[in-house]
Amino acid sequence: MRAILLRFAGALPTLCGVVVVTFLLTRVLPGDTATYFAGPTASAESIAQIKASLGLDLPLTEQFRRYVVALVHGDLGMSLTTGQPVLTELINRLPASAELTLCGLFLAIGIALPLGVFAAVRQGSVIDHACRIVATAGVSLPVFFTGLLLVYIFYFILGWMPAPLGRLDAFASAPPAVTGFYLIDTLLARDTETFRAAAAQIVLPAGTLALFALAPIARITRASMLAVLGSEFIRTARASGLSGPTVVLTYALRNALLPVVTVLGMVFSFLLGANVLVEKVFAWPGIGSYAVEALIASDFAPVQGFVLTMAILYVLLNLGIDLLNRAIDPRARRGA
Amino acid sequence: MTQSGTIQPVLRVQDLSVAFHTRGGVVHALDRIGFAVAPGQTMALVGESGSGKSVTAYAIMGLLEAAGKITGGHAFLGETDLVATPPAELARIRGRRIAMIFQNPRAALNPIRAVGRQIADVLLRHGGATRFNAHDRAIEALRAVGIPDPARRAKAYPFELSGGMCQRVMIAIAVAARPQLLIADEPTTGLDVTTQAVVMDLIRAMAEETGMATILITHDLALAAERAERIAVMHAGHMVEEADTATLLAHPRHPYTAGLIAATPTAAGSLDALRSVPGGLPDLRGKDIPACRYAGRCERRLDACAQPLSLRDHAPNHAVACWNPLESAA
Amino acid sequence: MTNAQSSTLSHIRYVLSENPVTLGAALLFAAYAAMALFGPLIAPFDPLASDTARALQAPDWRHWFGTDQLGRDILSRVIVAARVDIGIALASVALVFAAGGLAGLAAGFFGGWIDAVIGRIADTIMAFPLFVLAMGIVAALGNTIPNIVLATAIINFPLYARVARAETLTRREAGFVDAARLSGHRDGALLLTQVLPNIMPIMVVQMSLTMGYAILNAAGLSFIGLGVRPPTAEWGIMVAEGAGFIVSGEWWIALFPGATLMLAVFCFNLLGDGLRDIVDPRRRT
Repeated sequence: MRAILLRFAGALPTLCGVVVVTFLLTRVLPGDTATYFAGPTASAESIAQIKASLGLDLPLTEQFRRYVVALVHGDLGMSLTTGQPVLTELINRLPASAELTLCGLFLAIGIALPLGVFAAVRQGSVIDHACRIVATAGVSLPVFFTGLLLVYIFYFILGWMPAPLGRLDAFASAPPAVTGFYLIDTLLARDTETFRAAAAQIVLPAGTLALFALAPIARITRASMLAVLGSEFIRTARASGLSGPTVVLTYALRNALLPVVTVLGMVFSFLLGANVLVEKVFAWPGIGSYAVEALIASDFAPVQGFVLTMAILYVLLNLGIDLLNRAIDPRARRGA
Repeated sequence: MTQSGTIQPVLRVQDLSVAFHTRGGVVHALDRIGFAVAPGQTMALVGESGSGKSVTAYAIMGLLEAAGKITGGHAFLGETDLVATPPAELARIRGRRIAMIFQNPRAALNPIRAVGRQIADVLLRHGGATRFNAHDRAIEALRAVGIPDPARRAKAYPFELSGGMCQRVMIAIAVAARPQLLIADEPTTGLDVTTQAVVMDLIRAMAEETGMATILITHDLALAAERAERIAVMHAGHMVEEADTATLLAHPRHPYTAGLIAATPTAAGSLDALRSVPGGLPDLRGKDIPACRYAGRCERRLDACAQPLSLRDHAPNHAVACWNPLESAA
Repeated sequence: MTNAQSSTLSHIRYVLSENPVTLGAALLFAAYAAMALFGPLIAPFDPLASDTARALQAPDWRHWFGTDQLGRDILSRVIVAARVDIGIALASVALVFAAGGLAGLAAGFFGGWIDAVIGRIADTIMAFPLFVLAMGIVAALGNTIPNIVLATAIINFPLYARVARAETLTRREAGFVDAARLSGHRDGALLLTQVLPNIMPIMVVQMSLTMGYAILNAAGLSFIGLGVRPPTAEWGIMVAEGAGFIVSGEWWIALFPGATLMLAVFCFNLLGDGLRDIVDPRRRT
């Protein structure tokens, strides 16, 4: 527990850096915000007035202080287009994004890990070649394009999947919110019909994300399994006559997972970015499409809030990865 | 072929040949190796690195890497020919009837599994324990190899133990199922001198207690002389001489053995001295390998040395592969 | 020296013969380069000329890739867009090659506070999901192509700085920098004459490895409406424009620019892998 708190403290400087950068991003644009608020016909005077009311004429340090104070109070500003506080909207939309990203991630891990393991165990086999093709092709996929391709094939041609119009079709109503994850909430409400509808909606976007994310996971799994299978302690395990599954799964895979877990940090960076594009393609009502809508309307506060939220999420995810690493590796546990 | 009297040997290796398929061609790493080990006996395989000692061990264990193939011969463990045994069955024999320990013990243990569990894994696999008592049996095994406070150490990971402790754990794993034969591949390399003696004493004690035979693989003739009852000398994938330790040291017949002995002035420092046998190993790729693989380094070379050669008894229990052996002083 | 060169050449020939995929990628790269350089000359139609009478036509002999909702020839637009996409990627990679390379060089060579500051900057950039940071930068600086170039360069900065730093450290430890210093060379001269030429190969590999990612990034930003604006032909925008027609079956509007984009990224990634095998065989996977 103490170790966890220590790790958390270790992430604080990074969080500070994130806050500074997001602050700088708001202030780099000289006067743009004020001009925008004032409207196209505004005089220089009224722009100056608005600048003053927004605190933009204050020294940078004072502006930063106010920014941090507002942040601490959970004030991320107001959205101009919706008139809602940014924080409220982000919180409302976060479960949709999280559900999608996690589904994509688990799908990717579920495919990539066995693929990488098989490729390493049967080096040079068909599966091995498939794994290498997937690893190179996967990182080349523009997610917004593969998403559209999947829609065309599975919705337009085959008709297996519903139209890409968000989390639920028009005939279903959202389950009572408990976790905000429709797949879980519908089950909690014992509403299997809505569960099926929600599942049908999430398959394609999650699949799109998974296609993208599984390449780096499969690649690193294969490489690290190969390295571990050639190591001395695997030779010992074989010399002791341990069974094939024990050697491959209990001895090799658990050791091979360490680099895989580390690479998950990079995968999350990709996934959170790709998430924005996938949300746009599938009209998914998450924080990514919120930010994109705001971007198009030059509504800057939501974009700021979005960037900050994503960065904080990413820092927390990396923290989680760190803890996972410690759970697997006794050296990391006892070393610190 | 050497026979140890009328006693049935634990392991009888006959004409064992191994080739490695590499990019540069086929490497004939082992060529018709033969030897036998009697129950309870310690036999040493001695030779410089690249002589094929470890390849012999891996071939017997069925642990050759994918590029290596057994191209002929037999390795009888009792009545079982290990060379002809299918992999799944061989996996049941390994660890149960024949076990192996390695150099660099810390790397040879799973770094993220508690050592007690690694022992328990082997006990469970070979029926030495049930899920119910595996943990206690593992602690017993640790105590048997002289690890103090075994209950606590069972929960330790290899990086928390010294090299000597790790080698004790390795020995505990190897003897967990009471095998008939232990192959110790450079078991003291990487350990400090005092620990080396302790580890070797432990191996001998375990062998005496359970009656198992030991094959000691080492480049260190002094260690072999001290610990083994018989010594087989290997050079470039050939077995060049085999005899009981006293005979071999006193009356070497093969020029290479003589060179090794001459290069071993004291027990200490023999590693450096071994390198002073002049010349290097021949290229073992392709078909033009000399019949005597030592001929290129040999001062006693004759024209006859180009003739095919095999290990022959020159005296009872003393086999040599040489066309121009040194005369025995007796 | 000539011996080393000929062995490098034979190594390249060996890698290419062992790996026909790299050869294929090199040919594909030549095709993309031709499109980027001579696009407007090759394109059969004016990429901006709309002809509503011929809107939304499926591919035929006249319009190989069909026409979009304004009747523009998609093939011509796909060809002309190569210059925009590859240009943005190339500019950003060149920028970060210079900035990140120099920063890493300085960090590795001088160490101390310079190293600490550059490391802190890199860490802070890495604390963001990179595409999201690029979105934020473009949104803040303004929606223009130079800002897309800048944003793409910034998110790649840590990677370049780290590689250059690590390579510089290796060279330092190799000792010949010390030898040169003892013979009276100044730091600046040392950096440029001793260290820089040595870390060049690995940095060039890094460039080709990140080109694909830079293209993906730029196209992704355009797809969500940042950077390049209609009616300019650009692969990301063209996919965005075609997105609405996918559900009604007009697949060609999004498919051809999307596939061209995908193939370009694939080509650069393969080329990067191949180049790495030539320059640094140790890192083969």
